[in-house]
Amino acid sequence: MFKKILIANRGEIAVRVLRACHEMGIAAVVIYSDVDRAALHVRRADEAYPIGAAAASESYLNIHKVLEVAERSGADAIHPGYGFLSESAKFAQACADAGVKFIGPTAVAMEAMGSKTRARQAVEKAGVPLVPGTSRGVESFTEAEQVAAGIGYPVMLKAAAGGGGKGMRLVHAPEELKSSLEAARSEAERSFGDSEVYIEKAIVNPRHIEMQVLADEHGNTVYLGERECSLQRRHQKVLEEAPSPIVDADMRRRMGEVAVRVARAANYTNAGTVEFLVDQPENDQQKNFYFLEMNTRLQVEHPVTELVTGIDLVHLQIRIAAGEKLPFTQDDVRIRGHAIECRIYAEDSDNNYFPSPGKITLLQEPSGPGIRIDSGMYEGWNVPIDYDPLLAKLIGYGSDREHAIARLRRALGEYFVGGIKTNISLFRRILHDADFRAANLDTGFLDRMLKRAEGKPADSKVAEAAAIAAGVFAALGSTEQQARNGAGVDTRADENIGANWKSASRREALR
Amino acid sequence: MLYDVTIDGKNYQLDLNRAGGRWSCRLNGRDFEVDAVLVRPDVLSLRIGNLAYEVKSERLASGLHLWVGSTRFAVEVRDPRSLRGRTRAGDDGGPKKVVAPMPGKVVRLLVSEGDEVESGRGVAVVEAMKMQNEIKSPKRGTVQKILVSEGAAVNAGDVLAIVE
Repeated sequence: MFKKILIANRGEIAVRVLRACHEMGIAAVVIYSDVDRAALHVRRADEAYPIGAAAASESYLNIHKVLEVAERSGADAIHPGYGFLSESAKFAQACADAGVKFIGPTAVAMEAMGSKTRARQAVEKAGVPLVPGTSRGVESFTEAEQVAAGIGYPVMLKAAAGGGGKGMRLVHAPEELKSSLEAARSEAERSFGDSEVYIEKAIVNPRHIEMQVLADEHGNTVYLGERECSLQRRHQKVLEEAPSPIVDADMRRRMGEVAVRVARAANYTNAGTVEFLVDQPENDQQKNFYFLEMNTRLQVEHPVTELVTGIDLVHLQIRIAAGEKLPFTQDDVRIRGHAIECRIYAEDSDNNYFPSPGKITLLQEPSGPGIRIDSGMYEGWNVPIDYDPLLAKLIGYGSDREHAIARLRRALGEYFVGGIKTNISLFRRILHDADFRAANLDTGFLDRMLKRAEGKPADSKVAEAAAIAAGVFAALGSTEQQARNGAGVDTRADENIGANWKSASRREALR
Repeated sequence: MLYDVTIDGKNYQLDLNRAGGRWSCRLNGRDFEVDAVLVRPDVLSLRIGNLAYEVKSERLASGLHLWVGSTRFAVEVRDPRSLRGRTRAGDDGGPKKVVAPMPGKVVRLLVSEGDEVESGRGVAVVEAMKMQNEIKSPKRGTVQKILVSEGAAVNAGDVLAIVE
C-alpha cells in the first residue's frame, strides 16, 4: 500500500480524498494556489505545497509543478480528484514516466475514452447502442450542414474534449447552425484547448442516467448501479440520485452489462462512469438507452452510489491503484435504500444564478440521521472567484426515495450559509415540487419548474417574528460585540453551576 | 425604545424595551411576550409566546437580511430618535446604472456608447468562477456611458455602464 498520496485538487473533493487517505493510514500531501492558502484542504493536510498563482493554468493544471511536488514530498501516488488534471491522458502518462502511480485509468484508456469522438468509435465496435450522429469531429460548416440534415433537427453540437456543458449547443433549425457551430468551437477552444466539435441527434428532454464501473488491474470489472442525473441547468448537474426511479432490476442489469463492455473495450482500470441518455417513449414501449460518453475519473456525485451500495469508492480507487484485486464480485453488489445529492453552489438562484464569491460569515451545517456532507467550506473562509462554484454536497439517505426526500428536506431547513448567496433555497423548492416527488424527471425539469411562479407568500406571523427580531438585534447593538462580551446571552443558568451539576448527577445515579 | 422596521417593504412600529433580562414588546399596537437569547453572533433564539424561532442575521452589499427559519426577509431598522434621515428616495425614471453583481473579469462589451438598448438586453459579459454571465440593461434607453473596458477586473457593485 502507498505511504503518501499527493492530492492534485482543491475544494470538497480534495477534502474527500484526504479523509480516505487518513482512514487508510496514508499521509496526505496537498497543493494550493496563492488564493487557497487558507482553504480547508490545506488546513487538513499533512503536508502542503504552494504551487503558484490563482489561475488554474499556473497552479492546479500545471503538470510540471504538480510532479515537482510529488518528487519533493516523496509521494508514491497521485489522486487527481475530478476536473483539473483528472482526465488528462498527458498527465497520467507524465506520472507513469516519473514513477509515481496515477490513481485512475491508464493514459491509453483515457486516450480511448477521453475524447467523446474516439470513445464513440471504440464502443461502436463493441456493439454498444449510440445516439445517431458523427463519431468524428466535423471539418467544415458544409459538412456540418449535411450531417445535421441527414440525422434531422434538432441536433446537439458537442465539444469532443468537453464536459460540464461547455462547448455544447442545441440547434433547432438549419439557420441557427452556423452561429452555434462557431460559438461551440470557440468555447471548446477556450475551455479545453481543442476546438473539435461533433454532431449528435438531440433527444429532447431525455433522462440522463449513468452507470458506475470499477475495474481492477487483474481483469475484473463490475458495475455498481446507476445514478439518475436528469436534474440539470445549463447542462450542469444540480441534483443526482441512486437508484434511478425509472430503472428496474432488468434494465439495470442490461445497462450495467453494456457499461462493463464499454470499460473492457478500453482496457479500463479503476473507477469510471458510463453515461447514457434514456428516452421516454409515450406508451409502455421499452425505454432505449444510448451511450453518451465515459468519464474517466471519480464523479462529483459518487457519494450516492457509496450510500446505496455501502462501498467506499475512494478507498477502492486507492486499493486498485496499489495493485489489489476487487474484494467482491458482481453477485455481491446489492442496492439498498435510496440516496439523493444536492450540489451546493455559490450562486444566486434569485438573480440569474450569478456566481457569488465572498466571505462566509455564518455557517450552520445539518447533521443527524441519514445525512452526509462533503464540504470544502468553513465559516470565515473567503470563497475565491477563480474556481468552480461548488462549495459542498449535501447527501440524504433513506430506506426509500420518500424517506430520503423527507430527510433532505429536514436537513435543508437546518442548513444555513450566510454572507454569500447559495442555491440552498432552490433545493427546498425542488424537494417540495410535486413533479419531483412523483419522479417525473428529465433534463428539462428545472427550467420548467423555474418558469412557474414561486408559491405561498410568507406567513404574517413569521414576518412579525422578523420585525421583533430586527428590533432585538438593534437593541443588542453590535451583535458580535455583545456575544463576545456575553451580554445579551441568557445567563440565568450560570449561578451555582457546580452545585447544580452535583445534585443532578446524584439524582441521575438513583435512576 | 421605538423603532420603525420595514420587513419586505411592509412597515411596522415596534416599541421594545429590556429591563432585568426581560423584554417588553409592542408591535403595531399589539403586545407580545418576547424571550430572546443570542446564541452566537448573528443567531437569535426567539420565543414569541411559546412559539420558537431561530433568526439569523446577514449583512450583504444589498442590505440587511433576516432569516426566520428558511424564510428570508429584507430588513430596514430605523431608530426615529436618531438624526439619520430616512432611506433614500426610490429610483426615478432617470439614468440607471448597469452594475456588476459579482466580482470577476469583463470579457466582452456587447454595446457601445450611444447604442439604443431594450430592457434586458445584454450590456457586458463578466466571467467569474468559470462561468460567463451576461449583465443586462435594467431599462430601455441609450447607453450614455461605458465605464469599464474589456479585460478589466471588477468588484461586486462596480458600475459597468449607465443607461439613460
